[in-house]
Amino acid sequence: MTMTMTQQMITIAMVVLGTMLTRFLPFMIFPSGKPTPKYVQYLGKVLPSAVIGLLVIYCLKDVSLLSGSHGIPELVGAAAVVLLHLWKKNMLLSIAGGTVVYMVLVQLVF
Amino acid sequence: MNKNKESLHLSSPAINTHMNKRSQIWAAFRSAFPYTIPIFAGFLFLGIAYGIFMHSLGFSAIYPIIMSFMIFAGSMEFVAANFLLGAFNPMNALFLTLMVNARHLFYGISMLDKYRGTGKKKLYLIFGMCDESFSINYTANVPANVDKGWFMFFVTLLNHLYWVAGAAIGGIFGSYVKFNTEGLDFVMTALFIVIFIEQWMKEKKHYSALTGLGLSVASLILFGGNQFIIPAMLAILGVLTVLRKPLEKAEVSV
Repeated sequence: MTMTMTQQMITIAMVVLGTMLTRFLPFMIFPSGKPTPKYVQYLGKVLPSAVIGLLVIYCLKDVSLLSGSHGIPELVGAAAVVLLHLWKKNMLLSIAGGTVVYMVLVQLVF
Repeated sequence: MNKNKESLHLSSPAINTHMNKRSQIWAAFRSAFPYTIPIFAGFLFLGIAYGIFMHSLGFSAIYPIIMSFMIFAGSMEFVAANFLLGAFNPMNALFLTLMVNARHLFYGISMLDKYRGTGKKKLYLIFGMCDESFSINYTANVPANVDKGWFMFFVTLLNHLYWVAGAAIGGIFGSYVKFNTEGLDFVMTALFIVIFIEQWMKEKKHYSALTGLGLSVASLILFGGNQFIIPAMLAILGVLTVLRKPLEKAEVSV
């Protein structure tokens, strides 16, 4: 380790600062005392669906379709989650079922 | 879930109001906990993986514990470990953190209303607004008789605890873990897929969901896994801004 303790603490503090800026900034710019601009209210309504879609893709960002297992375990696991959820609508069952399918695939099949 | 709730209610008005507040908090805890069970599995696993990772880099357990407690942003903590190993460059650390975590800006904008009126808990709710806490707190159907502020507080707190506990276990006992956990991290992917479906079924129009999914895929193909988030966010923002007029006419049902 090349850094001194102080330098490490400053580095960690910078990561904390950066993270907290991204979390607190919207609340500082649009305090609850003042009316939020209509455009921002609109964004607050439509962004969640889009950003949850972004999160799903974010989880799959390291999947390679062209090499290794070609993303088949991810596809089958995701399909299992979707089907289970449409069938039983039980959050825990869908998540656990899909994860077990995926683990079996990556550990025993691929 | 729990049937001895009735037994908590006792006589005397003073005790009653006190008990009411306590039973209100307890009710929020009980309805929040089941939502966090998948995260319990996911965070404990990822936290342990993170602790082991830090251990393998030569950091003592106190590093993953403090970092998981203070940063509480999973992917960023792995990146932060690399900062600590490189040359001292605090500005670089700050800017890279802002880039990786820029998606939180969208969470904040989405939660402006929901976090309103939560009192002192609001600061902690914002501090702990990781991907998982955000998506549960945004989409969960909190029962009408449960205090939403306390519900969101417990979702955030439990997730935070799972993550710190995982990192601590990984950092302390990292070298002893032998059970084959390969693929367990899929639990997080599965969680977001379920939340995506839940959100999908709640809304009448799916422009926004499809925009998010489609543009993220396009951006991933164009820019690759490490750099796709910011272009995806900008594209989503652009398209949703253009779609504002038609969408507002079709009234967004959330």
